[in-house]
Amino acid sequence: MNKNIDTKKIIISNPLKLDCGKEINNFPIAYETYGELNSEKSNAILVFHALTGDQYVSGKNPITNKDGWWSYVVGKNKPIDTNKFFVICANVMGGCMGSYGPSTLNESTGKQIGTDFPIITINDMVNAQYELIKYLEIEKLFAVVGGSMGGMQVLQFVANFPDKAKLAIPIACTSSHSAQNIAFNELGRQAIMADSKWENGFYSNYKLNPDKGLAVARMAAHITYLSEKGLQEKFGRKLQDRDSLRYGFEADFQIESYLRYQGSVFVDRFDANSYLYITRAMDYFDLSKQYKGNLSDAFKKTKTKFFVISFTSDWLYPTSENREIVIALNSIGADVGFVEIESDKGHDSFLLDVPSFLKTLGDYINSTYKVINERRI
Amino acid sequence: MKEEFNIISNLIEENTRVLDVGCGNGDLMKFLQENKTKDIRGLEISKEKVQNCLSKGLTVIEGNAESDLKQFPKSSFDYVILSQTLQAFLNPELVINELLKVGKKVIVTIPNFGYWRVRLQLLFKGTMPVTENLPHEWYNTPNLHMCTIKDFYNFCSSKNIKIFKSIALKKSRISEINKSNLNYKNLDSHLGIFLIES
Repeated sequence: MNKNIDTKKIIISNPLKLDCGKEINNFPIAYETYGELNSEKSNAILVFHALTGDQYVSGKNPITNKDGWWSYVVGKNKPIDTNKFFVICANVMGGCMGSYGPSTLNESTGKQIGTDFPIITINDMVNAQYELIKYLEIEKLFAVVGGSMGGMQVLQFVANFPDKAKLAIPIACTSSHSAQNIAFNELGRQAIMADSKWENGFYSNYKLNPDKGLAVARMAAHITYLSEKGLQEKFGRKLQDRDSLRYGFEADFQIESYLRYQGSVFVDRFDANSYLYITRAMDYFDLSKQYKGNLSDAFKKTKTKFFVISFTSDWLYPTSENREIVIALNSIGADVGFVEIESDKGHDSFLLDVPSFLKTLGDYINSTYKVINERRI
Repeated sequence: MKEEFNIISNLIEENTRVLDVGCGNGDLMKFLQENKTKDIRGLEISKEKVQNCLSKGLTVIEGNAESDLKQFPKSSFDYVILSQTLQAFLNPELVINELLKVGKKVIVTIPNFGYWRVRLQLLFKGTMPVTENLPHEWYNTPNLHMCTIKDFYNFCSSKNIKIFKSIALKKSRISEINKSNLNYKNLDSHLGIFLIES
């Protein structure tokens, strides 16, 4: 939460006009890189993180001291092999790991911006990250990859910059946030705003933190990342450290204890206002609306190859929504592959050890890299 | 298999856009990619096979030809291939119509139920035929609508589908099918290959 984070950071001086109408400049974007950029600069992969992710994709996250959020996918000898690829990931605008967000300090007052931070969109996030790619002097990325909100950024990136990536892999995402997803996000926001310590978003001025509200938001969201079958198999009605019910409101059940734990560790690493702003950006995401109701038009100018992936038990971003992206791409003859991976792990499948996902993703990226390089020669 | 691939490849002009419907593990796609055109896509219903194709870097979509061909615009491919799959659809007529919409030309290959070895099994053994080309038993076959070379030939003429080329394959022997030799080719070939257009 911007607590003495020693992170790689650039200050973007070019003015950026946000969708809300406000213009910003001289704002920070924090990022991390893995592997080495080759001399032709042809091996760069930009990874976009999801709602609560950050730039620490792989290795140890220096803030949480836990493994990076995509350690199953990115790293040495992983599906996205950092022996071979140069992987870049930026903290999204609105985030709380060093990029411009509500917990950034206002230089003139020395206080956090709080809810004076402007409303941002997926489009704004992507435009800011493009500045990072320019700063790194990468003319064309080999790939843009991301799951969930990261997948939305993949779609927006290709729409905005049709000739800046050879390959795009949106995973477990949507081109337009559904009513159900807006509903869950609103539940989370209301939990935060109902916490008396939220103070209209200026909690840091009072040295407060709405951690009860944020924890409830995380607990509710966490349920949506799992599947009914996965929950039942993992927890069932198992009791937590006890042999019988206690006839009270303590965490009798393992699932309760698990959710409480998930909520409590989350508040240590995430800013409540960031949660409000980023969920809002997701809700506002409707790529087809940006193109007057025709999603295909978003991709008309691009020659980028697409690979869309969904998961059988993901009910938050179901296969049907991922398929809509495939249909839009097919209807303009774009180069698109698609598979729905069998998994009981729900929406979280893309973050977890799902062998058929990891194998297909890795093999596809590596063989496509080979084919594209061969063609160039 | 190799013979069939060669024949299909010879029917296709270089550097054209091709869709392989029911592309399986992508063997034909790979073959055509090496010999004819880089611009090739696949559609396959089995997750496992789709994953195998994608692992090879082939552009394949998981989907069902009976419902998912609709998403491609009219004439968006120069050739659409349906290799030994027609008999497995619930509604082969619908699939042929969809193929003819999506492809400027369509290549259909048919395991010939009129082949004499097949006919003899039913005639003398009195059991449903099981051959090298049709290896399943009646109770586990994915093949719902078996037809003969003659059936498909007649189907095309009754539906006003133009046959550009029709080729019969017996082991590795290749010959042309025409109206006058149709009965003979229908008896003496294990596979029929048709290049058609609406």
